[in-house]
Amino acid sequence: MASIDSADRDQRPSPDALLRQAGREGHGRLKIFLGAAPGVGKTYKMLNAAQSARHEGIDVVVGVVETHGRAETMALLNGLDILPRRQIDYKDHLLDEMDIDAILARRPKLVLVDELAHTNVTGSRHPKRYLDVEELLAAGIDVYTTINIQHVESLNDVVAQITHIRIRETVPDGILDRADDIEIVDISPDDLIERLREGKVYVPAEADRALRNYFQPGNLTALRELALRRTAQRVDEQMLTYMRAHAISGPWAAGERVLVCISEHPTAMGLVRYARRLADRLHAPWTAVYVETSRYQRLGEAARDRIADTLRFAERLGGQTLTIPGRGIAEDVASYAEANNITHIVIGKSERSRWFEMMHGSVVHDLVRRAGNISVHVIAGEAAEPSDAKVIATAAPKTTFATMPYVFTFAICAVALAIGVTLNQLLNVLNIALVFLTAVLVVAARFGLMPSLFACILSVLAYNFFFLPPLYNFTITAPENIVALITFLVVAVIASNLAAGTRAQAVSASTRARVTEELLGFSRKLAGIAALDDLLWAAAYQIASMLKLRVVILMPEPNGLAVKAGYPPEDELDGSDIAAAKWCWAHNRAAGRHSDALPGAKRLFLPLRTGSGAVGVIGLDRDAPGILLSPDGRRLLDALMDLAALAIDRIHLQDDLDIAKLQAEGERLRAALLTSISHDLGTPLASIIGAASSLKSVGDRYTEPQRTELATTILEEAERLNRFVGNLLDMTKLESGAIAAKQEMIDVSEVVGTVLKRAGKVLVHHPVKVALDPDLPMLRLDFVLFEQVLFNLLDNAAKYAPAGSEIEIRAQQKDAMVEIHIRDEGTGIPHDQIERVFDKFHRVLDADRRRPGTGLGLAICRGFVASMGGNIVARNRTDRSGADFVIAFPVLPQQGALP
Amino acid sequence: MSQGQIKVLVVDDEPAIRRLLRTSLSAEGYEVVDAATGEEGWTAFGRAKPDVVLLDLGLPDIDGREVIKRIRQAALTPILVLSIRSDERGKVEALDLGADDYITKPVGMEELNARLRAALRHRLQQQGAEPIFKTGELTVDLVRRHVLVKGVEVKLSPKEYDLLRILVMHAGKVLTHQHLMREVWGGATDVQYLRIYVRQLRHKIEADPERPSLVLTEPGVGYRLMLETEPGSLP
Repeated sequence: MASIDSADRDQRPSPDALLRQAGREGHGRLKIFLGAAPGVGKTYKMLNAAQSARHEGIDVVVGVVETHGRAETMALLNGLDILPRRQIDYKDHLLDEMDIDAILARRPKLVLVDELAHTNVTGSRHPKRYLDVEELLAAGIDVYTTINIQHVESLNDVVAQITHIRIRETVPDGILDRADDIEIVDISPDDLIERLREGKVYVPAEADRALRNYFQPGNLTALRELALRRTAQRVDEQMLTYMRAHAISGPWAAGERVLVCISEHPTAMGLVRYARRLADRLHAPWTAVYVETSRYQRLGEAARDRIADTLRFAERLGGQTLTIPGRGIAEDVASYAEANNITHIVIGKSERSRWFEMMHGSVVHDLVRRAGNISVHVIAGEAAEPSDAKVIATAAPKTTFATMPYVFTFAICAVALAIGVTLNQLLNVLNIALVFLTAVLVVAARFGLMPSLFACILSVLAYNFFFLPPLYNFTITAPENIVALITFLVVAVIASNLAAGTRAQAVSASTRARVTEELLGFSRKLAGIAALDDLLWAAAYQIASMLKLRVVILMPEPNGLAVKAGYPPEDELDGSDIAAAKWCWAHNRAAGRHSDALPGAKRLFLPLRTGSGAVGVIGLDRDAPGILLSPDGRRLLDALMDLAALAIDRIHLQDDLDIAKLQAEGERLRAALLTSISHDLGTPLASIIGAASSLKSVGDRYTEPQRTELATTILEEAERLNRFVGNLLDMTKLESGAIAAKQEMIDVSEVVGTVLKRAGKVLVHHPVKVALDPDLPMLRLDFVLFEQVLFNLLDNAAKYAPAGSEIEIRAQQKDAMVEIHIRDEGTGIPHDQIERVFDKFHRVLDADRRRPGTGLGLAICRGFVASMGGNIVARNRTDRSGADFVIAFPVLPQQGALP
Repeated sequence: MSQGQIKVLVVDDEPAIRRLLRTSLSAEGYEVVDAATGEEGWTAFGRAKPDVVLLDLGLPDIDGREVIKRIRQAALTPILVLSIRSDERGKVEALDLGADDYITKPVGMEELNARLRAALRHRLQQQGAEPIFKTGELTVDLVRRHVLVKGVEVKLSPKEYDLLRILVMHAGKVLTHQHLMREVWGGATDVQYLRIYVRQLRHKIEADPERPSLVLTEPGVGYRLMLETEPGSLP
């Protein structure tokens, strides 16, 4: 599967940034390296990034970088252009500050500005460094900067609560929100404390104090979580995955809920963004709601598009979205808010005239009155958002004039006339007009507005003709009848309007419910798919069937775009289609049929976009000529494509995460293998070479005991080397899958006897107690592998238990399993390492010394035992200190008796 | 030495191993002839007529097993195979082809000496088997079918006795599972039976059956009856 490579991904702008990009042409890009605490390596990371930028030929200069005297960090400054700092005289002290004028004059492509939260000395141009950064960005210079989470304004209180230290230097959240890229520099609290202890962060005296106060593990964990969360709030999908992968879960402060009311007005996106920031600060979930009143029917397509766009925008920012059909915005919002425990409502400031508000009432005032103790935030709209240019032609399906409703209307009015005449003759009812009014309402409810207006006219004419004197004539003489007729007309029109509006709402609600249901079904289906190909096929099928179109989906491959799925499946692209698809992918905009780029193509191509960028291209066409999409269809397509793109992104991220994990694991193993080989091969070889060479050159001058001593050294070290090579060999066989465990009936006591003989030299200092249940059944195992497992466990026990202490081998049957224990009388396994002792190259470290050995023995045990269908666990003894390794093998139903 | 020097042919492609064996075996009183390849070894065998052959299985030209086959077609000269750890299949194959024993590299000189002695002793025994066999505290009278441990007679079942007899006849040498089963049961059977009989035999003749010192397990290959010899004495 092809995917955007990881370097690209790092640079991916957030959805925020994507939308704001247009408004920021000419501005520099801001990348923030965010850390949870001092010492995590932000500056190091930033310099690393700067070095790779430099290697790509980008003009990088160092505005200000604090190395704190750390050698590794200083080494990374090599080759970077460092601008001299400006000296500022402050109270008889010369203080260094970043020289912003020098940077502006030098005009690099990228400048490094460490410590964003720094407060400049009085006399500088700006009081705060982040203001310097803003100026640099405005001048079109890209900036890399670093900051710790405790310096973020909105988190100041939280950090103070956690650490009991109030940070005075803060930067507003806005600068984080406007960053094009935030890279979190994360190391685990334990590693950080380790670094501190090693003096990599502060000088020892300071480090000690810091360890006791700020750098307690609890603090660090909380700060780290905070940093991850703050970054995750940017709805960076990658980070969410990261958090999930690291099992950093809530609880989010519950209780607060934010609701934002959107309208068709262009400022609505600003409201959505405000609501998200509010929700971020409150750590609250949020919902964007659109109240669809009868007004919606009268909105133009552009306005409807904006509403759909705004709702999707809210979704992309992590909000829930909802459309509720209703009559009055204030009323419906207030009742929804009450029903859903909303604590904050965000609504746009009305831009209507005072006169209009006096006539129609103000939604805002109405809402505030109804909202009770819910906070209502009335926000002036931000500048109009640059929304995606509508470059695709859409056309409403031709609505053919239906005559049937009018025929029915005529019939209903005729029936009303007949009833009216009958009533008039039988009962001499005066208000025959009510009969006609009923007819009008029936028509309105059944057929909508236009037929009902037609019914009004018919009714007025009929009423006049048949019931108002002079009868059978359209003239009216009596003035009171004129009044009655006009009143009737007015009442009929208003009533039909209302009834038709209600009907329209009911119709649109049921349409939406159907579409929503299908979308929900689709998204559920997508969520259950793990393979990209299946996902693409499902998406193509769904879009094809809901929009009655032919669909192809293209994804980037190493050698360009390729068709990955299609419905109907046999679709192939011709040259003009391929060109349009490529254009669409390259420009992240629609292209092809009925769009403004390459309109000659047979198909219309649209980018499949997520918050993190385009993931593919979708191509649409239909056999019939003409415009492909209705405005409603376009909105539906957008929703479908969003779902599909998110699902694709999810799979990509999962793959990336898997690859990254594998790579990290590979790195770790490679490093461990190197250490192990250099140590475990090197040490014995050094002893052997030393002893052998002295025996050779000056052996005759040694006494006999000395020569024996040297020979013994050679022998023992060579044997150690031999064990190490054996381990490496076993491990290699395990990993290459060359281990094929034989299935032979073996007698545990025989294996134990054999291994004790072989391990004799290893166990010279440890008496071994053997306690095997005499009734043990035979096991179906590989004798040689099992013997090696026991050998490694004994070797391990001898290494970790003090000389003279007893090692016990015990075996008994327990239900359908035989359990074999190797127990020692050492200090046992530290609790946090019990799971990891079986990892390759893992060694339990003592405070003072490193145990000899490869760190492979137990990994081999686990591999061998597993290959024989057994199970091995490490635990600590409960009767005393010491480790207890338990191997369990199933007892196979077999004949235990003698032949 | 009354019988003259015993001649050992060493076939191994590693010069370091050849040098080591030549030096240490000469110091033990053996006469050493060496060869670096299978063909050289085969030629040297014909020319030097060694009393015992130490043969590496991994040779650069022809397979060590091929060398065993050729020697066995020509003579009964004891062959000790030098093999690497965890090559049980190779060991068993070599034994089946007629090799007398195997030694796992790396090997200590004491062990090598003991194996050489056992192989040579076996050759001598073939010429005139001793009716009374003694090793450690075990005494087996092969004529009267008496088994004594610390001078006390032990009752063995016929199969147990057969097993012990085969081991005694090849004392010091490894016997493969297949070989033992063929000799005792007259054909291939489940190795499980063999293990059960070995366990029972150990319970009857070993001082500590959990840590046997007489009937030793050769993992993945077979069993060997420990032969107690006075160190340093040549047969």
